[in-house]
Amino acid sequence: MRALRQPGLWLITGILGLWGLVILFLDDPTLRETSFTLLMFVALASSLNILLGYTGYVSFGHIVFFGLGGYLGFYLVAVQGCSLYLAALAGGLACSLLAVLIGLAVLRLRGAYFALATIGVNEAARAFVSNFTPFGGATGLSLDYSVYDLYGGSLKALWLSFILVWLISLAVVVTSYLVKQSRFGLGLMAIREDEDAAMTMGVKAPLAKTLAYALSALFPGIIGTIFFFKNGNVEPHDAFKLHMSIETLVMIMLGGQGTVLGPVLGGVAYERLRGYLLVSPLFKSLHLALSGLALLLIILFVPAGVVGWLRRRFPKLRGVLE
Amino acid sequence: MILEVREVTKRFGGLQALTEVTFDLAAGEILGLIGPNGAGKTTLFNVLNGVFPPDRGRVIFRGEDITGLPPYEVARRGIARAYQVVRPLNDLTVRENVMVGACFGRERLPLSQAARVAEEVLAQVRLDHKAHHLASSLNVAEKKRLELARALGAQPYLLLLDEVLAGLNPVEINAMLETIRQIRERGITIFMIEHVMQAVMNVSDRVLVLDYGQLIAQGLPHEVVNNPQVIEAYLGDPKMTQRLLEG
Repeated sequence: MRALRQPGLWLITGILGLWGLVILFLDDPTLRETSFTLLMFVALASSLNILLGYTGYVSFGHIVFFGLGGYLGFYLVAVQGCSLYLAALAGGLACSLLAVLIGLAVLRLRGAYFALATIGVNEAARAFVSNFTPFGGATGLSLDYSVYDLYGGSLKALWLSFILVWLISLAVVVTSYLVKQSRFGLGLMAIREDEDAAMTMGVKAPLAKTLAYALSALFPGIIGTIFFFKNGNVEPHDAFKLHMSIETLVMIMLGGQGTVLGPVLGGVAYERLRGYLLVSPLFKSLHLALSGLALLLIILFVPAGVVGWLRRRFPKLRGVLE
Repeated sequence: MILEVREVTKRFGGLQALTEVTFDLAAGEILGLIGPNGAGKTTLFNVLNGVFPPDRGRVIFRGEDITGLPPYEVARRGIARAYQVVRPLNDLTVRENVMVGACFGRERLPLSQAARVAEEVLAQVRLDHKAHHLASSLNVAEKKRLELARALGAQPYLLLLDEVLAGLNPVEINAMLETIRQIRERGITIFMIEHVMQAVMNVSDRVLVLDYGQLIAQGLPHEVVNNPQVIEAYLGDPKMTQRLLEG
């Protein structure tokens, strides 16, 4: 495993690992909640990056996998009485499978057409779930609080959710790194640069794209289950937020698309900024407008994002800033 | 025969791009393909490497019918292609570009071996000093060589070269021709589209001539240039030319 010998992987996993340990050690609920959100976005951005950054397919509606996976996992926990672990895994795998099926149709499209189709998929999923009785229709589902007793009470359940999201974010980053360093990843990047040329060189683009799509849908499904488990209820309005999808895109663009570290940095930076804007009296209703502006400025002036810019500016950092 | 093309026909709407093109290509040969603009040369390459299937006809490669296979399947069977308009993978390094060919071409090598093949191939096309530069930073001549290196990285049986000399200056053309000869010496069969007449006559064993999608002549280079049909295709009617000259 060549990847294991490189400093870049250890840098990111080290920081993320230490972060979680510090939060566990400090035992502070406020810090835990902030970190939960941060790590969740780090994981969502990193898994979307496998599709967007490596493969070059911009999915605007990627949050659909967070929503559907969350719904399915929540349903399994709340209605069917499954364990959280099993439900989260089921939520993730179901999303991967769904991505394969959706991919058969939408991955034939390129560029803006693909991006539009993914928005359509998200809206269709929202409309479907709003009318799907087993999932509670428009009002959604809620959890009987006695379920938390299985995990040692609601307080313990909150900590458990945090630990799970922390571990998932580590898993996503390691996956992202390994993909980037692999033959499969090289094929994805060839597709990103020129899909037709890549196919002429022997890259089986339809298969590779589908696998990338499925992989990038796996983690959002797992995270969705954990998020709504912690939340205690799920409704269509919360599960399929298009703006959350777009904010994930901003994070990737800000940090550096196609890099492993980029979505991690971008996720943390954007989430911190948003937290600040939301409590500031001046900007609280403008934060989405500002993130739109941020996206515009990034695309115009630093299309490679912070990490991409650093890599270009300081080539010596390339081994570290993957 | 490494490649047998049988009555390949391709039509785009009202345009008859290829009409019953039939020819053979022997292993180890350098076959040139010439013809006026719009004669269907690139279309023929597109049919051979699977960009689109022919309407009718067969393409047999190493005894196997590959008609209508997608490009990645054709690549895996050992046909590599260098594009006329260079298509570097800009945000990857020169070495990574060649590694894509090596990883996904005929040999389907793992990354570490692909890296070694890439080093060798880059040395062969004299791009090794640029291995760690981004492909977007190369100049035109270097991009042409990268295009060739990437195709070679796949270690193909058959190499399709689409105007690799276009846009090069005479010094660069000679260097490229030398490289092409070396590639043939390694046992790779070459089928090349070329506009630079002097070059194609010089390096090819045999030449095919396409005009309006039809194969109007094939043979040794000096036979083909003296063929009246070929002259007509390029210059118009030779008799009329002569009459005009005689006043």
